[in-house]
Amino acid sequence: MSSQSSPLSDRKPPLPPRPVFLDLWRIRLPLPGVVSILHRISGVLMVLAIPISAWLFGMAVTSETGFQRATGWLNSPLIKLLLLVLMWSFLHHLFAGIRYLLMDLGYAVDLAAARRTAALAAGIALVATLILGGGLL
Amino acid sequence: MSRQAAGLKAWIIQRLSAVYIVLFGSYLAIQLVFAPPASQAEFVAWVAAPLVALGLLLYIPLLLLHAWVGIRDVLIDYIKPYELRVGVLSFFALLLLGSGVWAIQAVLVARAMLSGPGITG
Ligand code: HEM
Repeated sequence: MSSQSSPLSDRKPPLPPRPVFLDLWRIRLPLPGVVSILHRISGVLMVLAIPISAWLFGMAVTSETGFQRATGWLNSPLIKLLLLVLMWSFLHHLFAGIRYLLMDLGYAVDLAAARRTAALAAGIALVATLILGGGLL
Repeated sequence: MSRQAAGLKAWIIQRLSAVYIVLFGSYLAIQLVFAPPASQAEFVAWVAAPLVALGLLLYIPLLLLHAWVGIRDVLIDYIKPYELRVGVLSFFALLLLGSGVWAIQAVLVARAMLSGPGITG
């Protein structure tokens, strides 16, 4: 940055070329950042699933035909894939969320620990998705 | 992680509701994945069991509060034009409110079915 511009002068010094750096393979968002964005995405995905879930729940309770229709739909392959995504959403949001709650209480807030727990939360979520997802498919 | 216009109350709601969702939400997920009901009768019996019904009647409003505070934070972060923001926020508020009423009604219907002809006729 130039040091010659005075607050009083209205002539701005020429700007140096800005570092445009959009090589996505070389921008490395730190792991806690990735876990944080995924926490947000998973939360939004689950919010979007709420109306459909409430509707299916009502349908399955009300009559045997409704129950068969709801479970039949839930058992179709494409929907199962969606359920797997929602299962991951729940588990990632769960473990990343517990991590936030612990950090709110003052645990693991320094950088090294924050990195470790971010990896831990994302990892446990993936393993748990495999286990619960196995039961789902 | 927007805290703009969120306030301490929303922050606390978000965290208290999260604790209950961890417990009851995990129970729901495990139960439905590993022991899914085979028929409507079985499903209704499960939903209407006193502890499950009570758990659900608590879960539904807490989940919706958590979802509301959460989606509000996200929408406020990304939607800047005022009218659009109010419009989309209202849309989600109605969607969540409707879902909640619908789900609570389903729990009560299941209770009524189990308690027999005295109530449902
Ligand atoms: C499983 C247990 C859950 C835990 C431990 C949890 C925890 C949290 C926490 C601590 C936050 C605040 C994050 C922040 O302030 O940046 C949050 C945000 C959020 N939660 Fe949850 N939550 C859970 C379940 C859910 C569910 C089931 C939904 C969907 C209906 C949901 C939707 C959201 C949304 C949309 C946000 C806002 C995300 C953001 O601002 O980036 N959460 N959650």
